Parts: sequence; C-alpha cells; structure tokens
Amino acid sequence: MTLLEFRDVHVTYTGSRGRVPAVRGVDLALEAGQVLGVAGESGCGKSTLAMAVLRLLPKSAEVSGEILLDGEDLLTMGWGRLRAVRWTGASIVFQGAMHSLNAVQRIGRQVAEPMLVHDKDLSAAKAAKRAEALLERVGLPPSRARSFPHELSGGQRQRVMIAMALACDPDLIIADEATTALDVMVQAQVLQLISGLVKERGVGLVMISHDLSVLSATCDTAAVMYAGKVVEQGPAHEVFARARHPYSAALGAAFPVIGDPASRRNPGGLAGDPPDPGRLPEGCSFRPRCAVAVERCGEASPELLEVEGARLSACFVAQEGEPVVLG
Amino acid sequence: MTEVPPPAGGAAAPPAGRRARRTSSGFGRYLLKHVGGAAVSLLLVLFSSFFIFRLIGGDPIDQLTRERPVSPEQRAAMRAEMGLDQPMVKQFWDYITGTLTMDLGDSFQYRRPIFDLIVERLPATLLLSGTGMVLAVVLGLWIGTRSGWRQGSRYDRAHVGTGLLLYSAPTFWLGMIVILVFARYMGLFPVNGMRSPSTPPDFWSQALDIGHHLVLPVLTYTAVVYAGYLMIMRSSILDEIGSDYLTTARAKGLRDDEVRDRHAVPNALLPTVTLVFLAIGGVVNGSIVTEAVFSWPGLGSLFVQAIFYPDRPVLQALFVLFSASTILAVLAAEILYWFIDPRIRKS
Repeated sequence: MTLLEFRDVHVTYTGSRGRVPAVRGVDLALEAGQVLGVAGESGCGKSTLAMAVLRLLPKSAEVSGEILLDGEDLLTMGWGRLRAVRWTGASIVFQGAMHSLNAVQRIGRQVAEPMLVHDKDLSAAKAAKRAEALLERVGLPPSRARSFPHELSGGQRQRVMIAMALACDPDLIIADEATTALDVMVQAQVLQLISGLVKERGVGLVMISHDLSVLSATCDTAAVMYAGKVVEQGPAHEVFARARHPYSAALGAAFPVIGDPASRRNPGGLAGDPPDPGRLPEGCSFRPRCAVAVERCGEASPELLEVEGARLSACFVAQEGEPVVLG
Repeated sequence: MTEVPPPAGGAAAPPAGRRARRTSSGFGRYLLKHVGGAAVSLLLVLFSSFFIFRLIGGDPIDQLTRERPVSPEQRAAMRAEMGLDQPMVKQFWDYITGTLTMDLGDSFQYRRPIFDLIVERLPATLLLSGTGMVLAVVLGLWIGTRSGWRQGSRYDRAHVGTGLLLYSAPTFWLGMIVILVFARYMGLFPVNGMRSPSTPPDFWSQALDIGHHLVLPVLTYTAVVYAGYLMIMRSSILDEIGSDYLTTARAKGLRDDEVRDRHAVPNALLPTVTLVFLAIGGVVNGSIVTEAVFSWPGLGSLFVQAIFYPDRPVLQALFVLFSASTILAVLAAEILYWFIDPRIRKS
C-alpha cells in the first residue's frame, strides 16, 4: 500500500496581496522504505507542501485536494484524529533547529514530550529513559538530555531534531531542509544517520532540499518543483544525471562538478528569479528563464507527462523528445 | 564522533569539571555586578532623600506650633530637642548613620519614633497591596495570555478595552465610584477603615471584619493595575506566536492549550519577571492613593498625612523605604533570571 500520496494538492494563501497560489496541483506518491526527494529554489512551494501534510500551515492558507497517509485523508480528518496522527503517523525534522526547539526547556523533555502526549500510560521516568536512548541512537551522549538547546552545536541540535522525530516510531518522516544549515562534514554525518534509520526501520522519508547533491546521494525518486508545480519526476540518479526539464538541468548545472575545472569556472547559473506566485506568466511558468522555449510554451501550460520509462516531465520540448540542454 | 558545544568566549571547550567551576564564578561576577549596582542606587536614594524634603522649605517649628503662642525660649528648646540647631553637616551625618542603624528619628507629628510607626502600619499596607498585587498579577497574566493567543478575537478586544479603561481611570475617582456603588447604595461593605470598633475581640470575628473592610480597597487597587500586566503579557505572547518551536509543538500532536501553556507561556513569562518583581517591591508603597481614599491605616496614608503636615523625618524615611524595596525587588529579579533563563548564563 502506498504510504503517502498527494492527489492534486493546491495551497493558496490569502493575504494583503490577494490570493497567492503557492502549490498548484501536485501529485506525488511514496512507498514505505523509500526516499522521495523534493528539489527546487526557495519559494517554489516545497516547504508549504511539507507543512500541508500535518496541516501545520497558517489559517490564511487554503488547502485542497487529498493527502493520503496509509490511505487516510489527512485534510478531511477531524482534529482529534489529526492530533493522534501527528508525530505517530508522520513526523518532521524541521529546518533551523535552533528556533524549532524550545529555548527554555531541556532537550530530554522535548524529545520525551511526544511519547507522553501519545501514550497516556507511559510514565515520565520511562519516557525520559527512552529519550536518552534516542539521543544515543543519533550519536549524542545521553547526558545531553539535561542540556538546553543553546548549549549544543548546530549539528547536535539537528541530531536532537532527528531523535525527536523518531520518538513515536512514525511511518513517515519529512525532513525539511534538515541539513541545509550544517557544514559539509556534519551534513554528511546527519545524512548518513537519516538514511541508516530509513533502512533500519523501513519508514518512508520525504527529503526536501534545494541541494541536489544531498538529494542524489540519498533519494530513490526525485521530484523537481517550480512555481508550485512538479516539473520533473523520476528515479533520483536519472533526474540529476540526465535532466528532462530545462529547470532541473539548470538546477543541476548550478553546482560545480568536483574534478571538472571547466564547470568550476563557469557554474551554469540561471538568470532571474522564480516568478512571483501572485503574477505567474502566461503558458509555462518557466518560459521567461528558459533557454529552449518554443512558441507553444507561451500559449499553454505543459502537463506533467511521461517522457520515457518512469520519467515524467512538464516540458513541451522534452515531451517532443528533444534535448532540454543547449550547447 | 562526538561534537563539542561552541565554547563561550572562543576558548577551547572546557571539560565538564572545569565548566562547572566557570559557571559558578560566572554567577559570582553576575551577582557582584548587580549587587554593586543596587548598592549605588540605594546610596543615591539615601543622599537625595535628605535634600529633597529640605527643598520644600519652611521652618518645622512653625508647623508644630501653629496657632499657639510660644516663647523664643520654648522654640529654642524644641529646636534642640529635634536636633534642628545642629549644623547641616552634622544633621546629614546623624541622618545617614541613623538610617543605617534603623534609628529613623522621631516624627514631628506624632512625637514618636518613626521606626515604631512604620512597624505598626506595615501589616495593613502589606495586607492591602499584597492581596491586590497577587490578584492583579494572576488576573493580568491569565487574561493577557489568552488575549494574546487569540489576538483580535472578541475575547481579546473585550478584555483589552475593559483593562485599558480601568487602567486610565484615576484611582481616587474609581475608589469613590466603588464606595458609592458598593458601600453607599448597595450597603454591602463598610465605607472606610480596617476594623469596626464594635467587632468582638476574638480572632475569627476580627479576621472576618478585616476581610470585609478589605474587599473594596483591594477591588479598586486590582482594577487599576491589572491591565498593566495584561498588556505586557499579551504583547509578550504576541512576540512568541509564529515561532518555529510552537509549530514543532503542534506537529507533535499537542492540543492548542497545551502548546500555549507548556511552550508559549514559559517563553513569554521571562520578560514579565522584572515586572512582577517591581510589583512585589511596590507592595510596600503600592497603594498610596487607595489607602488615602479608603482611610486604610497603612504606610500610604501615613505618607499622605506627612506630606500635608509636613512631617519631614517621616517623608524622608518612607521615601528611603519605598525606594529600597523597589531596588531590592529588582535585584531579586536579576538574580532569579540567572536561574530561569538559561541563555543569560551564556552571555
């Protein structure tokens, strides 16, 4: 059974600037034990999508479609059921662990809290023991349970977030830019830790990042988002090795390839900014920044269609079978 | 591999044992700094109190002897008795040493040691403003938390409106309205004072009688000051709303009130600690106007009487007492911060 499924999910914020669509019809699926990577620039809707899963978006956000966790629609379930599913069905490793932890509460208590919330029979002493065991599991000394967040380094705090996410043995973990703020060495350790836990426990993992190198190292499938839509999807290594959408290609080219001096001197950046979601261009939303755009791109918005095997792309050029990279 | 926390001050991270020692010496420095500051403030208050009330001018002997014929010899005798014939420097020295040894001199008005007057009247003041302060703080923090958490709701608007209305009402005016409504028209409570002479002397009758007298002054005092705590707590909660750690708490499956009480409130309470301690310090002098309106026999009405007399030694002593209680309360707040806000220990 599919662990997590997004069906035509739309998220629209209503604010002083009117209605702003942040996510515009996303369909994605994830099996247990698999890792799904979601890539894209800031503001493309990836974090909004992540927060929509546990309905953590502010009231100004309107969510439509279906988000199924083990076949149960999270968007329509009652508050009581939703609270029960939060953290036991799916948990989140938030970005920016300094602010995501309560500054005036000890680490151990914060890790133990969800256990006590979801298991009324559990004693505080037992929960504290289990919290210490979790800290040990993510490579922190159990004595750290008595520390406050500011007494830890960035990497340690991110480990605490992971330990916390594991507290209720969830079926699904969402890692939202979980390693972005960390230096490369710590990032590698944390990634290794996360992938190890996925294999060991058979949970599903949604990994959200703008860093393709992180995603290609850990994910089974990858989805690239642009302006609130999935523009390319497929097996991770294929998406990043041979992009079938000009945006994924540009995203990949923005990272210099180690050992290739030519790419280092000339990182293939992408001019311009992602479009303002309040004023999207006509036709394909990527057209203004696209190097391979054809006339048709200004007229209609391309659907996400199969281009070969398990590869999906929302690009007219790729759907014609043409290469999406110039030169 | 184990990671070490970023060491304070850029030095190499100390091992656990040395860390503890550094923390305690850190506390010593912190304590010394704040105790020193408080001591300086106290000295300034002590000095200025002597001069401020001499600026009012007038010869105390004129006030003491008004409407009575007194011979120059008698005036000189009184002057000598009260130490007013001494040179200013000597008077100042006597005042400083006296105050430091709890010998506050005699009141012009009562011809009794001021220390005894204060000891007599302190319990009445502590009872009135202590009760009022506890009620105001609890009420203000309780409502302020809920107001801020639901900003813009009907609850929020109603409470902020009511609170500010009462906050801006002059105490003497509100006190008179309260007396009119509850004592005069409804006849539920006594108009003024702390005891009725007709009450039997046994403990329970007395306690009940004092409690009965206490209701209206406490009501007035609380009504005027609780909005201050409400507004501070409200804005403190508003600062926390939208913080990432609250999203974390929600994601964990906590109920809305659990998110508020377990996570938002402890963080929002930190800035209000100083305020609460200021209130505790203010208990001693807290309700001067309320005491005057209700003829409550405490330090506040003693102060008001001393102003009108004018009873300079009493004013001097009360000024020092009121200021000292505030300074010491703030000092206590600073010390408490060390223990409740783990972030202070870092800086």
